[in-house]
Amino acid sequence: MIPGVSITEILTLTSILFFIGVYGFITRKNLISILISVELILNASVVNFVIINKYLFPDVLEGVIYSIFIIAVAAAETALAVAIIINLYRQTGSVEVKDTQVMKY
Amino acid sequence: MESIIFYLLAAIMVIFAIASVSSRKMLRSVVYLLFVLIGIAGIYFLADYNFLAAVQLTVYAGGVIVLIIFSVLLVHHIEMRLEVASRKKQLITGLLCMSGLAVFLSVIYSYSFEVTGTSVTTTTAQIGEKLLDYGPGGFILPFEVISVLLLASMIGAIIIAKGEKTTKKHPTPGVSHNVKMMKVEQEQELQINPILNEKTPVETE
Repeated sequence: MIPGVSITEILTLTSILFFIGVYGFITRKNLISILISVELILNASVVNFVIINKYLFPDVLEGVIYSIFIIAVAAAETALAVAIIINLYRQTGSVEVKDTQVMKY
Repeated sequence: MESIIFYLLAAIMVIFAIASVSSRKMLRSVVYLLFVLIGIAGIYFLADYNFLAAVQLTVYAGGVIVLIIFSVLLVHHIEMRLEVASRKKQLITGLLCMSGLAVFLSVIYSYSFEVTGTSVTTTTAQIGEKLLDYGPGGFILPFEVISVLLLASMIGAIIIAKGEKTTKKHPTPGVSHNVKMMKVEQEQELQINPILNEKTPVETE
């Protein structure tokens, strides 16, 4: 545990980060900005895993390992999303959400 | 000392996260996201998880941010300003997020966490042994699955990003081409088969 910092403070920080990510996810109109917001949300949840492991169950490693898996999945998801965005830009010439109707049907 | 560093990191992360979702310039918002990710790595360092902090720095700050910057530079003009949602929608979303945050915080502060005072330092070797452990509670199967997932996503990303161009170049003549290729392959198989049959007894010995 971090000396002088309680678990509720860290969980407060991660929930603030999570909701900033949700705010960006809803208000942004650009695919890359939405991707950035998703990264924020994922990171907030990963910190939750790690901190709860550290404070409540310090002698096991499950939280750390799950966070490693989440990081791997997030990296794969980002690579695929970037590929899709570049492909969409080739076809429609824009990455705004309102212009991307190619994949709708 | 640690609490001062934590509050500093928390302030930096919250400020840059807000800047990242509200900045109207694409590249700047990516760089603000980079600061948030580095702040999270700092929290891992504070919590004494050195390996996780290193993973966070290499995968996120090194890999994901570079990928996103690449896509921004490929897709955008840097000077272009993003359009943002209308003021009303921003307000409604902000209120919604605030209420959600209030629910989260009320749950967090009303629950009594049973914090154990002990502080255990985990080494990288322990994490590696746990990941490759095939006994009960081991993580070798998800570890292998995640490696296959990474390979699949890498190939998928290459195929999606190449996309369309190769398929549009030859729309219909591809059929006769395929038939020819199949014939050639069959002939090659016929030629290869006797060679393979000859080889097998040698290998079994």
